[in-house]
Amino acid sequence: MKHMRPLNQKAARIASQHAQSKEDVTALQQTAPAPRPHIPMGCTLSFSPGWEVDSAGGTAGLCQPVERDIYDCYVTCFWPAQVPDHLNNAPDWAGKCAAATKDWRNLDVVFP
Amino acid sequence: MIAAETQLYRLGEFHPFTAGGRQFLYLVPAGAIFELDDGVQKVIGALRGREQGYASHDELTAALTAQGLSAEDALDLIEELHQSRVIVAGDLLLEPQEVPEDFPLQTLVLNLTNQCNLSCQYCYEFGADKVATPDGKPKFMNFETARASIDFLLQQSAGRRGVHVTFFGGETLMNFPLLQKVVTYANERATEQGRSIDFSLTTNATLLTPAIIEFLSENRIGVTVSMDGPAELHDKLRVFANGTGSYDVIEPRVRALIQNHKTRPITARVTLTSGVSDVVRIFRHLKDDLGFHEVGFAPVTTSPNRLYAINERGMDGVLEQFHVLADEYLEYALRGEMHGFSNVSDTLSELYQGVNKSHPCGAALGLVGVGPSGDIAPCHRFVDSDTHAMGHISSGIDRKKQKDFLQRGHINSKYDCHTCWARPLCAGGCHHEAYVRYGDSGHPNLHYCDWIRDWTDTCLRIYGEISIHNPAFLRVFAERKALS
Repeated sequence: MKHMRPLNQKAARIASQHAQSKEDVTALQQTAPAPRPHIPMGCTLSFSPGWEVDSAGGTAGLCQPVERDIYDCYVTCFWPAQVPDHLNNAPDWAGKCAAATKDWRNLDVVFP
Repeated sequence: MIAAETQLYRLGEFHPFTAGGRQFLYLVPAGAIFELDDGVQKVIGALRGREQGYASHDELTAALTAQGLSAEDALDLIEELHQSRVIVAGDLLLEPQEVPEDFPLQTLVLNLTNQCNLSCQYCYEFGADKVATPDGKPKFMNFETARASIDFLLQQSAGRRGVHVTFFGGETLMNFPLLQKVVTYANERATEQGRSIDFSLTTNATLLTPAIIEFLSENRIGVTVSMDGPAELHDKLRVFANGTGSYDVIEPRVRALIQNHKTRPITARVTLTSGVSDVVRIFRHLKDDLGFHEVGFAPVTTSPNRLYAINERGMDGVLEQFHVLADEYLEYALRGEMHGFSNVSDTLSELYQGVNKSHPCGAALGLVGVGPSGDIAPCHRFVDSDTHAMGHISSGIDRKKQKDFLQRGHINSKYDCHTCWARPLCAGGCHHEAYVRYGDSGHPNLHYCDWIRDWTDTCLRIYGEISIHNPAFLRVFAERKALS
């Protein structure tokens, strides 16, 4: 590394990785990172699957859990009819749900 | 849209700081520390100057060449920063790490007894905020349980050459006969297996005798004394059941301990409360008058409405005094001397390694606590609590309960921490503190955030200064345990 001097063990590991990549044939490897699937954060208008059913007529086989869709409503557009009122009465509703795709089971059940 | 995004550079996550007139950054979440040259500053400046916070490759290159860099240098620089993630392009979501299964044990805390001859008001085991439910459970651990615990530790730590046992209480020395037996037994077992086992204990020092001190020294048992400073401060809360202070009882014993126990450093552990927060004075007394090798401070764990709780203003005062000692620490370090203020050493040690924690500490991972009944707890602070028990020494760790505890405490589930640059070291703070404050061991300790960030920044600056003027000093930390 020419511009940064590593000062702890973790930095030294980053620097050595950098040095290794320098010695490699990099021409074909230095492309942009592989595109990840785009997961829209938004309501049904921006291509989240809505309250749909899967091929068997249930919700088990949807490409995203239905709860994820509810979570979208909560984060990006406040739909009082569908989600708990997170401004006043249920501020912790999604407190245990750090990543909706993984933690959606932790969304709290709120009884009005 | 994706293709266009990947070519846009924006700043990665880091905390910039200066020390000794030079520029550094603490890279998050890696935990890496770098010193920067002017070129890096130019890139950071260029991206900061953009209205939307990002620039395309061409725009960034142009901005750098306009400041006098050759095109080749600019490309080099961008690549170096991109690779180390000081600048990022596109969607760099970090995959959440799973909670490790079957993490090998390293440390076992044995609560030899839950009885104590003092009645310190703030005690987390007996005080108003206690989580322990000791009713109907044995008050003293017996040898069967202790032996099973040692066997358990050695069996569950396969692959580690050295393991550690900490003796705890209650007042540990109220069960000194058991302590002696356990040391002998554990040493035999470890030697049979060609492994090493070392010991430490925490005590209030009231029961130390010359014979005990000799035993501790001969067996290289590290000693931490819970002590809050000179008599006037110490006696405020560290009292016997009749209300008299314990300072006069322990002072001669502590002196004898420090004088005669030569095989391991002797440490004092101070609990700061609203009436006992004169950090510098306490440090001077414990370090200079009594001769402790290291002195560490922690604010009392309590719900905020207790009389002895430190409020926000009080904590600001504590931090101010921490800074005084931190400056002193730096002077010592630049001369190559150890200062003895543990709060700096511990942080520097973690900074040296570049830790990036999934959990605030080793509780329920490499460390578990065992109570007198044989119940296993995530750590000594949860011992004897029915709510937090996770198995019994006879049947092993209850993996389901362990998993639940670890998932709660994982940084991934602490939403509030995800935008904080200090999370690689803090990871949300003590599980027990969180439980007492918020009723959930997985809740981030939000009441400490500002102080943690301030303290981490202070220690980073010290780290920077030392790395410029006396880098050899940092090698001390290569050997020091990351999670002490």
